[in-house]
Amino acid sequence: MAERPDELAALIGDGALVAMPPDYSMPAMEVIRCLIRKKSKGLRLLGVPVLGLGADLLIGAGCVAEVESSAVSLGEAGLAPRFTDAVEKNLLKVTDATCPAIHTALQATEKGVPFMPLRGVLGSDLVGNRNDWKVAENPFSENDKILLIPAISPDIALFHARWADEAGNVWVGRRRELATIAHAAVKTFVTYEELRKGDMLEDELLAPGVVSSIYVSATAQAQRGAWPLGVADLYGIDDAHLALYARLAKTREGFQRYLDDFVFTPKKNSSPASSPA
Amino acid sequence: MSLLHKRKGNPFTEGSRELFDLAGQGRIDVFFLGGAQIDGEGSINLVRAEGRRFPGSFGSAFMYAVVGRTILFREEHSRRTLVPRVEFVSARGEPAALLTGKALFSWQKDKRRFRLESTHEKEDIREQTGFDYDAPSQIPLTPPPTAKELDLLRGPVARAIAADYPDFARRVWGLD
Repeated sequence: MAERPDELAALIGDGALVAMPPDYSMPAMEVIRCLIRKKSKGLRLLGVPVLGLGADLLIGAGCVAEVESSAVSLGEAGLAPRFTDAVEKNLLKVTDATCPAIHTALQATEKGVPFMPLRGVLGSDLVGNRNDWKVAENPFSENDKILLIPAISPDIALFHARWADEAGNVWVGRRRELATIAHAAVKTFVTYEELRKGDMLEDELLAPGVVSSIYVSATAQAQRGAWPLGVADLYGIDDAHLALYARLAKTREGFQRYLDDFVFTPKKNSSPASSPA
Repeated sequence: MSLLHKRKGNPFTEGSRELFDLAGQGRIDVFFLGGAQIDGEGSINLVRAEGRRFPGSFGSAFMYAVVGRTILFREEHSRRTLVPRVEFVSARGEPAALLTGKALFSWQKDKRRFRLESTHEKEDIREQTGFDYDAPSQIPLTPPPTAKELDLLRGPVARAIAADYPDFARRVWGLD
C-alpha cells in the first residue's frame, strides 16, 4: 500500500503504458511531478482521449518514449510546447488517434472482447497510418464498411479524485472516463483530496460517482493534487499558471527553469497547498 | 448548444465519451470544425503541415462523418490555411458550409466542390484562396449582423464564452 504520492510513483515502472485523463478531468499532477523527480524513463502515455500539461511536462523531462492520443495541447494556453518540439525533432513516437476510438478501445477491454466497431473515421489518414485498426464489412448488412478498433489494456490508470473512503473506493463524480480507464487498466493508482469515513457505495447519492475498490490498486492523499489543474467545486484551473508554463516551456532553458521552480524545488508561494482556490 | 469542455453546466454524466455516443446516434444536429489547413475537397488537417506539428485530430474524424451538418470555419483566410490538398487528412466529410474571416462558401455535394456565396467586404478573394472554387458572376456581400444579433453576441453569448475561454473573450469583446 502507498500513503504518499511519491510511493504511488514508485509503483509505476519505466516503460509502463500509463493511461491519463485530459486536463479538464483530474490528472494526478502531483504523481506526475514525482515521476519527473524519480527520473522515470520510457513511459508510454495513452491520452483518454487527449493529453495536456502532465504529458507535456513528462515529455519535456525526458520520461516518455511514446504517446498515443487524439491530441496533446494546453487548451486555451495554446500548443503543448515540449510535445510539439519533441515531435518536430523526431524524438517522440506518436500514434495519432481520434477521441471515440480511444474510448471504444477501452470499452472493449471493459467488456473483455478483443475489438469493437466504430462508425465514421473512414476517409481519414488516421486509418492508413495505423496497422492495428482494420476496416471490415458489416456482417449484418451489405456494402457497409466499418472500422474495427482493438482493445487496449493499459498497464496503469493514473488520475486524481475528490474523495477516497475507508473501503478503498474513490469518487470521481461525473468524470466517468476515469471509471472506464480504471475498468480497463491492469492497475489503477489514484490520488485524492480528502478521505471519507465509511463506504461511499452505501450512500445512494454518492455511489453513481464512485469507482469501486475492485478496480483501485493503490491510493494516496494529495491535497490540491491536480494543481495547476482543477477539481470541480473545490478549485478551478489555474489559468495564470498555465499561461506562465506555456510561455516558459517555449524554450528548453525556460522549461528547465520551470522544472527547477515548480517540480524540483517548489516555490513556497506557488506550491499546491498554498495557492488560492 | 453545448461548448466542449465547459467548466460549469456540463450536460454530460458519462464522461467525455457521451458526446461521441450522442453523435453516433444522430442526436447532434450541427457541429463546428476548424483546421490548421482546410482544402477544396472539404478535408481538414489538425495534425501537421510545413514541418510543424499541431495538437492532433481530436474527435474530428468521427464527428465530421456522423453529424448531419458540419460547418467548417477558419478565421485566417489565406493560401496557407485554404489549400488545394491538406498534408494530412484528419477528417473528411460533407460540410454544410465553410466560413472564414473574409467569405462564406457553400458545398456542392454532387461536384464535391465549394461555391463562393458572399464576401464580407467588397474584395477579390481568389488570390488569397489556395483552392479552386465556383463563384457567381456577381458576388454578394455577406449581410452584416442585425442590431439584435449584435446585442446577443456581445451580451449573453460573450458572457457564456468568457466562462470557458476567458482569453478569447478578452481579445474579441474586451470582456474581463
